[in-house]
Amino acid sequence: MTTIQTAIGPEKTMVLNMGPQHPSTHGVLRVLLELDGENIVKADVDIGYLHTGIEKTAEALTYSQAITITDRMDYLAPLSNNLAYCLAVEKLLELEVPKRAQYIRVLLTELTRIGSHLVWLGTHAIDLGAMSVFLYCFREREELLKIFELVSGQRMMTSYFRIGGLSVEPPVGWTDHVEKIVRTFPSRFDEYEELLTKNRIWMGRTQGVGILKAEDAIALGVSGPSLRGSGVDYDVRKYFPYSSYDEFDFKVQVRTEGDCFARYMCRVGEMRESLNIVKQALTKIPPEGPIKADAPGIVPPQREKMKTEMEALIYHFKIFTEGFAPPAGEVYQRIESPRGELGCFIASDGSPKPYRMRMRTPSFVNLQALQKMVEGHLVADAIASIGTLDIVLGEIDR
Amino acid sequence: MTDTPDLEQNPIVAKIRDWRPEAIAELSAFRGELTIVIYREHIRPLCEFLRTDTFLAFTYLSDVTAVDRFPIEPRFELNYHLLSMSRRDRVRLRVRVPGENAVVESVVSVWPTANWHEREIFDLMGVRFEGHPNLQRMLLPDDWEGHPLRKDYPVEGFR
Repeated sequence: MTTIQTAIGPEKTMVLNMGPQHPSTHGVLRVLLELDGENIVKADVDIGYLHTGIEKTAEALTYSQAITITDRMDYLAPLSNNLAYCLAVEKLLELEVPKRAQYIRVLLTELTRIGSHLVWLGTHAIDLGAMSVFLYCFREREELLKIFELVSGQRMMTSYFRIGGLSVEPPVGWTDHVEKIVRTFPSRFDEYEELLTKNRIWMGRTQGVGILKAEDAIALGVSGPSLRGSGVDYDVRKYFPYSSYDEFDFKVQVRTEGDCFARYMCRVGEMRESLNIVKQALTKIPPEGPIKADAPGIVPPQREKMKTEMEALIYHFKIFTEGFAPPAGEVYQRIESPRGELGCFIASDGSPKPYRMRMRTPSFVNLQALQKMVEGHLVADAIASIGTLDIVLGEIDR
Repeated sequence: MTDTPDLEQNPIVAKIRDWRPEAIAELSAFRGELTIVIYREHIRPLCEFLRTDTFLAFTYLSDVTAVDRFPIEPRFELNYHLLSMSRRDRVRLRVRVPGENAVVESVVSVWPTANWHEREIFDLMGVRFEGHPNLQRMLLPDDWEGHPLRKDYPVEGFR
């Protein structure tokens, strides 16, 4: 798509090409804006610049191998992607994951949520001219990335969740680092709020801007904080609990205004709630216990067993040469990623590779609402609207 | 896993049977997920019915996705994942589409969110949607040849 069908006509309006290389589009998003003065008459979104064919690639990989490419979709929340995919395959296999692994999964995905929201807050603030918040947010995110590195060995592309549990036992004393975060982060969140929430420029740039009504949001399939900012309390963690979320006590953040400020407040509130969940998870995680399901043939055996047991050696060989074959059938597993409903659809034909893997990514669907939010408003407000949708292009184009 | 009596008891199935008894081709349940296979010509009216029915209230369309079953005919399967927020319920509708004349009526008029999902399916799978407001390629360039998610797509190039 290189041209735009102008709504009024080229003699009265001007077409402005925003992106694909533009700092406030958060990636390679291209928006064609038809402008009447400074007002947007029509906005057309052009995506696909980051299309890497992840869904097609997955068809050539075994179920375990495909975990690694899910990391690369939403690169700000790799663990959420891992979780959606692993839960879908586990559903297909009817595999029960040990409680200890489930709680660690909850803890780490909530830390991911905080990390993702921190990047969002920082970049959104810098779009609207608040430079210092950006630096603070990335300072805090670094502490979260250190935890991911400690646990999995990787800062970003962790691939830490595996089918049936976790890849390795987390190191001794890792919870001390999480406890430190639980202790220190609330005051950091207060700091951001002090800088932004009552700030007159911030309020002026976000309040009443990019309004999305609840009925429009539902019809457009918007999910996550962007939907909850419009007064709909849909949160997958509450509606269809997975990975023991029903055992945790937390509030879903809902605001009714539907503007950029409401979405900002939802996300800041969510960061605090996530910290609350992390705190609960810390008390729930037993110090010892299995982190992988007892499923020979699916979960790789322990090194020690392989040295003494013939079966373990055979399973190890089979898992890494040909993989395992779940029964034929289709499953759809949804989770609440930092951006909204992340759905993983897997169609299995009974072979060791997924016949079709489809990721319903929240950014892709949420971005459709942009047109509704910006048409009839100022160009400067379009920047704020793109920012609060919290899109990740890697996830949109896949 | 075909028509079992307890699937018939499901309120969604019962409602659809009341509405148009001939619409349902097949019922199945796998891992607790209900799938209703619908004949192609009923899909848009049925979606309209499921969305507007005050009890069922499937107001939210989570996802539309396609599976290519090549060389089995009808080769394409379209899966619609519907969600009812008021009842906290979900259902999967499936439509089978033959490889020749792969056209389905668009559901954009029912849920605007289907717009990009259908465009993506058209782009990557080559199923066309009748009544879609803007059926163009989405992720791939306009001059791309073929539809990469099809199973007979040459993965290593055309030559």
